[in-house]
Amino acid sequence: MEIKATMAGTVFQILVAEGETVEKGQTVVLLESMKMEIPIEAEMSGKVKEILVAEGDFVNEGDGLLALEA
Amino acid sequence: MKRILIANRGEIASRIIRTCKKMGLETVAVYSEADKSLEYVREADWSICIGKAPVNLSYLRIDQIIDAALQYDADGIHPGYGFLSENGDFAEKVKEAGLTFIGPKPEILRLMGDKITARKTMANAGIPVLPASSGAVASLSEALKVAKEIGYPVMVKASGGGGGIGMALCRNEKELETNFASLKKKAEKFFANGELFIEKYVENARHVEVQVFGDSYGNVVHVFERDCSIQRRNQKVVEETPSPNLSEAGRERLCQLGVAVAKAIQYENAGTVEFIVDEKENIYFLEMNTRLQVEHGITEAVTGIDIVEWQIRIAKGESIPLQQKEIFRNGHSMEFRIYAEHPNTFFPSPGTIMVLKWGEGQVRIDTGYHEGDSVTPFYDPMIAKCIFHEENRKQCLEAATRFFRTTEWEGIQTNIPLFIELLGNDDFKKGQYTTQLLNKLHRRF
Repeated sequence: MEIKATMAGTVFQILVAEGETVEKGQTVVLLESMKMEIPIEAEMSGKVKEILVAEGDFVNEGDGLLALEA
Repeated sequence: MKRILIANRGEIASRIIRTCKKMGLETVAVYSEADKSLEYVREADWSICIGKAPVNLSYLRIDQIIDAALQYDADGIHPGYGFLSENGDFAEKVKEAGLTFIGPKPEILRLMGDKITARKTMANAGIPVLPASSGAVASLSEALKVAKEIGYPVMVKASGGGGGIGMALCRNEKELETNFASLKKKAEKFFANGELFIEKYVENARHVEVQVFGDSYGNVVHVFERDCSIQRRNQKVVEETPSPNLSEAGRERLCQLGVAVAKAIQYENAGTVEFIVDEKENIYFLEMNTRLQVEHGITEAVTGIDIVEWQIRIAKGESIPLQQKEIFRNGHSMEFRIYAEHPNTFFPSPGTIMVLKWGEGQVRIDTGYHEGDSVTPFYDPMIAKCIFHEENRKQCLEAATRFFRTTEWEGIQTNIPLFIELLGNDDFKKGQYTTQLLNKLHRRF
């Protein structure tokens, strides 16, 4: 499944690497939007299959940030 | 100056246009693709699109903005607040293009924009400053050493920071270890300056600032203080003047320190000197905002001074319109910043404003948005400033309570419910509050 941006903003920090195992609820990406940091959490536990964005990219709400596999 | 380009957006662009019209000056608005339907674009005599929605593709494009000014024959540029307002390179390029920058000199913007040199300059001028590292701390180990000497809690700050961004409160070694690297990275990204310094953090402090003006003839006046202690995420949400629960001697000392700061750097135009006031009324210089302040409206309410008009007149080379002894304050004024955000998480809530019916009573509303407008995720989520002016503080609180209870909105979340809660809080009603009040209230909310 894809983890999506909950709001538009700039990708500030990617906190995981491809191949890494993440827990449900873990903050995986920090977005910067409207002068604040928006933490994006993993909606399920799994392994990071692919990172779809780079730090500094501008993303819209709903854009995929990374792909997870169970 | 006959025609002014406003290098900003939303409510502050509207605010500046209003004074320009009063003074018989023409205006040029600049806007991003996301802002083309906002009211300020229509209020200006001319308007020009300067790029796409993200700020680095529009409101931060120095060359594009100067080109727009030249294309439309503007002879002055007002930067508003935020964006390029404190950017020395911008001010210099404006000057090089033969235009007037409505603000201080580029070198003063640079001096005060670097928090480390600003602190040093003020300490050398005899202004009290908080205990801090002597300059930038290069590494975590140095940071830990300095913090141990100063004593926890400490605030780690980005030298290029401001507006509540780029600082972290650390109560112990562990918190400093956790925060140091991420803050450094943040500082590099946001301010293109990774320098961090460490300053003593004062518990139960009040954040009180002084509005000052300087002109090119060496005159300096203060226009009293504003209390800005009601904050979330180190950003102000409510401001008032006079500052409640400050002794008359403390108030006088504070205003005189504001004047001393401006004099120490031969400051020209409008500026705001921010101070920390502790429980014993010790006063420490924090930073200087070298521009029009968001909350300037409460000072205008109690003094009758049009701060934007004074900025323009001083930029034209006039002297400060009034002497210190001719400046008086009447009554009490309070400003509430309305943000499109969740009242309990403080997360932004962009969206379309379906309904916005302001409440009952006398109030000055500075806003860039109206029903049907969209609050886009590209900019600061502040949608309006509601400024109350009454004979005394109690009446201000009553007016604000009635106003917010009768305000209706749909489509976005706002922090108005938090204000209703705040207005019912005993400490706030008594004026006995510090920068911690909103955090305390918020935990219960």
